[in-house]
Amino acid sequence: MDFQIALLLGQDGITNGAIYALLALALVLVFAVTRVIFIPQGEYVAFGALTLAALQAGKLPGTLWLLLGMGIAVAAIDLALAVRRGTARRIPAIVGWNIVYPAALTALLWLVKPAELPLPAQVLLALAVVVPLGPMVYRLAYQPLAEASVLVLLIVSVAVHLTLVGLGLLFFGAEGSRTPAFSEGNLEIAGLTISGQTIWVVIASLALIVTLYQLFERTLYGKALRATAINRVGARLMGISTTMAGKLSFLLAAAIGAFSGILIAPITTIYYDTGFLIGLKGFVGAIIGGLASYPVAAAGAVLVGLLESFSSFYASAFKEVIVFTLIIPVLLWRSLTTRHVEEVE
Amino acid sequence: MSTAPVLEVRDLCVSYGKVEALHHVSLKVETGQIVTVIGPNGAGKTTLLSAIMGVLPRSQGEIAYLGHAQREIEVERMVAQGMTLVPESRALFGEMTVEDNLLLGAFMRHRLGHRDERATMAQVFEIFPRLRERHTQMAGTLSGGERQMLAVGRALMARPRLLLLDEPSLGLAPLIVREIFRIVADLKKSGVAVLLVEQNARAALQIADYGYVLETGEVAISGPSDQLQDDPKVIESYLGLGGKH
Ligand SMILES: Nc1ncnc2c1ncn2[C@@H]1O[C@H](COP(=O)(O)OP(=O)(O)OP(=O)(O)O)[C@@H](O)[C@H]1O
Ligand SMILES: [Mg+2]
Repeated sequence: MDFQIALLLGQDGITNGAIYALLALALVLVFAVTRVIFIPQGEYVAFGALTLAALQAGKLPGTLWLLLGMGIAVAAIDLALAVRRGTARRIPAIVGWNIVYPAALTALLWLVKPAELPLPAQVLLALAVVVPLGPMVYRLAYQPLAEASVLVLLIVSVAVHLTLVGLGLLFFGAEGSRTPAFSEGNLEIAGLTISGQTIWVVIASLALIVTLYQLFERTLYGKALRATAINRVGARLMGISTTMAGKLSFLLAAAIGAFSGILIAPITTIYYDTGFLIGLKGFVGAIIGGLASYPVAAAGAVLVGLLESFSSFYASAFKEVIVFTLIIPVLLWRSLTTRHVEEVE
Repeated sequence: MSTAPVLEVRDLCVSYGKVEALHHVSLKVETGQIVTVIGPNGAGKTTLLSAIMGVLPRSQGEIAYLGHAQREIEVERMVAQGMTLVPESRALFGEMTVEDNLLLGAFMRHRLGHRDERATMAQVFEIFPRLRERHTQMAGTLSGGERQMLAVGRALMARPRLLLLDEPSLGLAPLIVREIFRIVADLKKSGVAVLLVEQNARAALQIADYGYVLETGEVAISGPSDQLQDDPKVIESYLGLGGKH
């Protein structure tokens, strides 16, 4: 292998690593706040990419029907509860978010012909369809079980994952999609060609990471999420409801997932089930960070990207095996170095 | 309207599984009063506060807050209505700074549209100058006394109308205990009603207007606190020799 090839592989590795890092951060966030191991994270990646592809092809994406359907389900449950508990003042918000918003978005997509819009508008519309699916999935699948054990929540995650993959096949078919690059240009540095999309991925990932950091450090709602992760009882006593924190973390996770999908869709062909493998690699990164440390998880995910890229050169048949085998030494190392301190409430 | 008590609990029963921990407890906190609940370990004091706050479900009984019977008690709703609990465990956010802990104390007020958390924090720093000195320190690295101050300070950030305190003197040196009790007594002057659970019966009865003795989940004795301080049974079991000072 010469220097040129190494640089190319490095570029590939960092591009994928940046995406894995975003997903790893979302996984750590969701786990810290809700104790859910969020296996369906990858489905949001696929949904984001395929929804954008559908919009660009002039079709209404199937995820829109999912949004409408889940909205009706959530509204039905929450309205019944609101009536039973006599909390009528919540009704406008329930109807607004779960019925009016999906309906208005459908009407908008019908009217504006997304295929003819500029790319940034298409991206925003794709996010507008996919991101609300995060809190809705939380409401339907996880909120009723908020006090359940990590294992039960994991089983629910597997079920949600399988359901969403199945729906993905139904909505988008078995064919994959690839979207056009954000910019066609390439960058020439020291004789090495870097594709424009690579630069987009790296810069957008960094920007998103910085935004998330600011959110957690500077805003009250970000702090409320951290507080819930640190001490659930204390957070509730401040009026931070477990439900609100859960929905907010799922909203962020869905946004990160969908945005990641949109970023890589010009680089790799995305199929309805591609998300799972991508999500798993983010998961390896998150495990390296012990599902607790954001910086270590992000660094671990970049390492996964590089390892994958270089192993695809040396032993391409084994690249997944090599990446996932990384988990074994990491778990060994973690179990030897982590003190097991159970939090006493 | 002003005659309705801040809190009125009637016939409250709470169970852990099949075991009933509170049996038909009734108590009342009037506007601007400090009411104390004393009793031995395991009497059900923490259970009582948890049920009032909505952390635990009740199996029977009525709870009226600010004159309104509470059908279903949810923690968030009680916080929104100005009830705040400082739990026995303190439940601080250890890996966050003192300042962030305080800010989160005002989370519900902020959510309801009030934007006075900085002014409230200045007041809390007046009460606990030690917290101002340490405002950038992580809560988890504070001393026991400082944690207690932070727990109370964080509760005050919500500008409560009713403050539920679970053993604020737990594990503190006598000097700090006196300090904390002086502050609780001061709170009363600013119109905050306090329901104070304590093992330190002597100190609690000194600042309280009214007291309840809870034993094995039932109210054994109750009365105005000077009366309780002279009650032979209270003296024998909770104040020791010497009685009232
Ligand atoms: N989660 C629980 N599950 C089962 N029993 C419980 C639980 N919490 C408390 N109890 C029991 O309920 C009774 C009352 O407990 P509680 O914590 O209210 O007592 P306390 O008066 O606050 O005591 P202390 O002064 O030691 O804090 C005790 O017998 C206790 O063992
Ligand atoms: Mg107790």
